Amino acid sequence: MKLLKLVPDDTNIKFLKWRMPFYIVSIALMIASWVAVFTMGLNYGVDFAGGQEIRATFTQMEEAPIGDIRETVGSLPDTGDPIVQRFGAANEVSIRVKLPPEAEGDKEFADRLTREITNALDAEYDNIRIDGVDSVSGKVSGEFRTAALWALLAAMGAIAIYIWVRFEWQFGVGALFALVHDVSLTMGFFALTQLEFSLQIIAAILAIIGYSLNDTIVVYDRIRENLKKFRKMPVPELLDLSVNETLARTVMTSLTLLVALIPLLLFGPASLWGMVAAITLGIFVGTYSSIYMAAPILIWLGVTSTSFVPQEGKADQQEKVARGEA
Amino acid sequence: MLEFPRWRKIWLWALTLVVVACAIPSLFAAAGWSYPEELPEPTVNLGLDLAGGSHILLEAEPAQVAAQRLENMEESVRGVLRDAEPEIRIGDVSTADGRLSFMLDDAGEIDRTRELLTPLMNGEGLTREWELTVVDTSRVVLTPSQQAIDNAVTQAMDSATDVVRRRIDELGTREPTIIRQGDTRIVVQVPGLQDPEQLKELLGQTARLEFKLVDRDALPSDVAQGIAPPGSEIFPYAAGSNFEGQNIAVRRLGGIQGDNLTGAQASVDPQTNENVVNIQFDQQGGQRFAQLTTENVGYPFAIILDGEVLSAPNINEPIRGGSAQIAGSFTADSANALAISLRSGALPVDLAIVEERTVGPDLGADSIRTGLIAMGIGSLLVIGLMIVTYGRFGVYATIALGINVCMILGIMAALNTTLTLPGIAGFVLTIGAAVDANVLINERIREERKRGRRVVTAVENGYREASRAIYDANVTNFIAGVLLFLFGSGPIRGFAVVLIIGLFTSVFTAVTLTRMWVAGWLKAKRPRDINI
Repeated sequence: MKLLKLVPDDTNIKFLKWRMPFYIVSIALMIASWVAVFTMGLNYGVDFAGGQEIRATFTQMEEAPIGDIRETVGSLPDTGDPIVQRFGAANEVSIRVKLPPEAEGDKEFADRLTREITNALDAEYDNIRIDGVDSVSGKVSGEFRTAALWALLAAMGAIAIYIWVRFEWQFGVGALFALVHDVSLTMGFFALTQLEFSLQIIAAILAIIGYSLNDTIVVYDRIRENLKKFRKMPVPELLDLSVNETLARTVMTSLTLLVALIPLLLFGPASLWGMVAAITLGIFVGTYSSIYMAAPILIWLGVTSTSFVPQEGKADQQEKVARGEA
Repeated sequence: MLEFPRWRKIWLWALTLVVVACAIPSLFAAAGWSYPEELPEPTVNLGLDLAGGSHILLEAEPAQVAAQRLENMEESVRGVLRDAEPEIRIGDVSTADGRLSFMLDDAGEIDRTRELLTPLMNGEGLTREWELTVVDTSRVVLTPSQQAIDNAVTQAMDSATDVVRRRIDELGTREPTIIRQGDTRIVVQVPGLQDPEQLKELLGQTARLEFKLVDRDALPSDVAQGIAPPGSEIFPYAAGSNFEGQNIAVRRLGGIQGDNLTGAQASVDPQTNENVVNIQFDQQGGQRFAQLTTENVGYPFAIILDGEVLSAPNINEPIRGGSAQIAGSFTADSANALAISLRSGALPVDLAIVEERTVGPDLGADSIRTGLIAMGIGSLLVIGLMIVTYGRFGVYATIALGINVCMILGIMAALNTTLTLPGIAGFVLTIGAAVDANVLINERIREERKRGRRVVTAVENGYREASRAIYDANVTNFIAGVLLFLFGSGPIRGFAVVLIIGLFTSVFTAVTLTRMWVAGWLKAKRPRDINI
């Protein structure tokens, strides 16, 4: 049986030739992402913004009366501007009300809001089934924000340090840079699309970090190997060789992950959609960043073919002198 | 690299089988199949987002505990000084700024006062919990130490946790989890609950019942404006009671707390057809209630629940039987909830619901079903792709993948951890990592073959060279996983647990097991060429 080869043998794409334009575009995208995050803001879910979210099913209707619900809920005293969306099937809705800024300190506000809305819904519709409730007070959502930020920063920092120890400092910086790139673009994506940004998305970003790092390490490992093997080869050429040698693996792994994720995106539970979408996006971004961010930065950081040759210490030199070898 | 002595093979297989065996009850739970009762049966718990249920986070306000403690101290101090021979008279008592201060009528009594109060100021184990200072010769100031306040908060939270547990037990729900979290929080998790409203009503009710004498000398105009005469305090009437919207002034001290109860039942008063709660005092409470009612026949007293007056009836005759009836515009449900709350004791602090996550059983089951279908399709595609690309080596990789999934479940079951929705995403990532390990190895073997290495050397090199990158990738992911677990909360932790366990099982199945199988095959067939 002839086996499938996704990448033909002896593929030699000059990835690094275009490193400058790609770098400029990538950095521009990163900046644009942060501009989007700060100007448009992230659409925080109840985890981070506080407030409440109710998921409900209209058991005897084809389609949920979304406009009607918006009116019913919006007319309650504390609800302000509720976000009512389809969630999953056409007769399933999510009703989200964020905590108003003045209620940040009121511990029981979110809970009262939930009661107010469930009571109103029960009174207005007789075929409604409340499937789920999330209500988070201002204090707890604040803690979630801090915890998520620390988890992200700590994970990125510790990873960079490990790679620095296992490889060289340039590699640590390169890997960290690639991770910052991936996280930035994902955040930018969420600012641009205004998809709900919740704790699950933090888990997704961490999955992206894990995946992108995996990719970066595979490329770096090959670079390390080739640096030891081909002492005379110019570094850009060596990086190209390493990326090309690992290309078959990169494509195959990305493809397998995508075929595992896409059914989850299409048929999976609605509550996982945002998370799976983020991870799917991250596979593209992470693969790209390992090739175009993590590798070329090594040139600018001055990695040379002597980077992995053990430096001769003074003691070694003295020993040589003593033996009369020097 | 490819040498596997017999003992090592046996050991690897045994380890695999034991871990997979742990997963079997969880895998077949839906089919109703389980191990015989004599055997331990580890199962993976499904998180509330999958199984359905309520997660409620309750928080107390430590300031309230401190205030309560100050009030108790005031009562004790007044008691001790009043009962002293001769009585020590005091005035201008204040509990402002977290301190108790009062003026002695006679500054000369200061030494006797200090002596009398010393026993009150010591905590458990003779630690000094209060500091006594004297200002301007006759003002005594008692300040609690931070340690004292912390102890009081801890005690209050401990007993609040017990009260919460008793209340939930009364509801008869199965397997609730009630855990103290941090200094001032309690987590309540109740699986498979249909109606969280009832639970929330029970948890939100402090159920502090007080009987206090009405201050008959208070000016109605002051009371209406909320101005309390000295020695009294103002309470509003409860919503739904006969005088809703009005205030009433009651004597601050000398009342009875409803915490000496032996029973409470909801019932209907046959004469008025009203929902009521019957309560029974214990002996001490009954005596004090009898004394209070005997001394104040003809005067009204207020029945106060959680700071709101239910009613203020006149005491027509002394109540000596040790039981009483509380009426106050209850519905059958609210009378029942109050009876449960009173039976299980008052909460020593108010608890606020600061986080609630409820998932209906239908939604949870739906998530599992669609999640499993999607994962099934994904798995088939991955298996197809692996086999089409790597042939025999792809078959090994997919078998390893199947074992990997079972092993993750098995370890989770053995450690009694919980599988949540984000955990499923962790599963996907782990499976990705396991596939990646095999992809790395197989691509490397291809490369080595292309360079003209002999079969055995190519396979050996493939495993050795790829292992380095696999090792580095897994260690970094492990670091990330551990940090996530430490810093993360809720969903992030569920993700991290699967990730950490999965890293170990992936390396074991994707590297060690497949190597053993490949080695066995190479040894048996000694092929001169391999299709990869």
